[in-house]
Amino acid sequence: MTSRMTEIWVGLFVAAGMVALFMLAMQVSNLSTYSNADGFDVIARFDDASGLKVRSPVTMAGVRIGRVKAIRFDDQTFEAVVTLRLGKSHTTLPEDTSASIYTAGLLGEKYVGLEPGAGSNHCEDQALEAELEGGTSNPADCKGNGASNVLHEGSHITLTQSSMVLEKLIGQFVSKFLSDSKVGNKK
Amino acid sequence: MLAMLQSLGRKALDFFQRLGRGHILLLRILAGSHTLLARFDLVIKQIFSVGVLSLLIILVSGLFVGMVLGLQGYNTLVDFGAEESLGVVVSLSLVRELGPVVSALLFAGRAGSALTAEIGLMKATEQLSAMEMMAVDPVRRVLAPRFWAGVISMPLLAAIFSAVGVIGGYFVGVGLLGVDDGAYWSQMQANVDFYSDILNGVLKSFVFGIVVTWIAIFEGNDALPTSEGVSRATTRTVVHSSLAVLGLDFILTALMFGS
Repeated sequence: MTSRMTEIWVGLFVAAGMVALFMLAMQVSNLSTYSNADGFDVIARFDDASGLKVRSPVTMAGVRIGRVKAIRFDDQTFEAVVTLRLGKSHTTLPEDTSASIYTAGLLGEKYVGLEPGAGSNHCEDQALEAELEGGTSNPADCKGNGASNVLHEGSHITLTQSSMVLEKLIGQFVSKFLSDSKVGNKK
Repeated sequence: MLAMLQSLGRKALDFFQRLGRGHILLLRILAGSHTLLARFDLVIKQIFSVGVLSLLIILVSGLFVGMVLGLQGYNTLVDFGAEESLGVVVSLSLVRELGPVVSALLFAGRAGSALTAEIGLMKATEQLSAMEMMAVDPVRRVLAPRFWAGVISMPLLAAIFSAVGVIGGYFVGVGLLGVDDGAYWSQMQANVDFYSDILNGVLKSFVFGIVVTWIAIFEGNDALPTSEGVSRATTRTVVHSSLAVLGLDFILTALMFGS
């Protein structure tokens, strides 16, 4: 084995190792889909954020538009303060967007679902009006109009719905069932 | 009674002396490594014999470990209707544990034993003493290139092992058992984190590389210069480095993924 062949083989080996690492980074892990740098943070307060984890997905209309960045506990209000990092292109979400914690599947992971509030359809209204008047609407106008009351860095989502805890639900159901049956017995 | 105490004391002393010699050797290797920058071709030659020649066993076992993981994972997950998570099972177990650990064990068997035997025989045939006679420091000329070759090769081998294993799991899961192609990759990407999973796996394999190569070189350098001594040193290399890898793996896992 000449030293040239040795060097070629070592070069191949190192290249293969790099390719493997690159494949692990890009194909296996979330490096390609998730980066912390671009986006903006909004804060949502929940009475109960059980099951939610850092890096849980944030979706709107079933499409992931961000991730949970941090979850902490507020000592004053006894609420869970969840910081959501949304992708930087999602700047048209109305301020009255509501956040709910849902479960993917029956036992799946928890995620935050965002739903646009009533103020969101001003774009559609404009489009309708424009159509009625016989013209076409320009989405750029719409963006400009809504800029004053959209979610931006640091804004708070006030309408929230907490995660559903199975034990609580069952407990409510059982207590309701028991009280109903007691009433029934008295009658 | 006294004889028993004496033998116990001798064993303890031997153990600590060997531990001390090992650390001194490691320090000497690290201190003598700066000359390698001028003669990197020595390291490249060793990477060939340590890394490239280990490729075949790493590739084949990585592929089969991944395929077995795919098969076993599928059989368990299908009971819960969660066979879509097969990609997560295969990739996480490979990247976090099996990739670094199994490739380190194979590396100890394939390359560590060869290193020990080579250095031990060099010592037995007095090549190392001859070098010293010519004012060539055998630590710098022989041991340091081998050490760095092992340290460089190990993370690369572990990465190749994991990558090939994920592909093996894909062959079995998607190709044979009919798991959805998109679900295999998307679930994997959703649940494997680059920093906490993949980089920690690389860090693990780096630590294993240091430990296995260090043990191999020390055992070779410390072997009795006889055929029997070399053979015993080779055995000790494989046993000790395998145990060290498994023990360290627990500690590293507890540190990395414990909280």
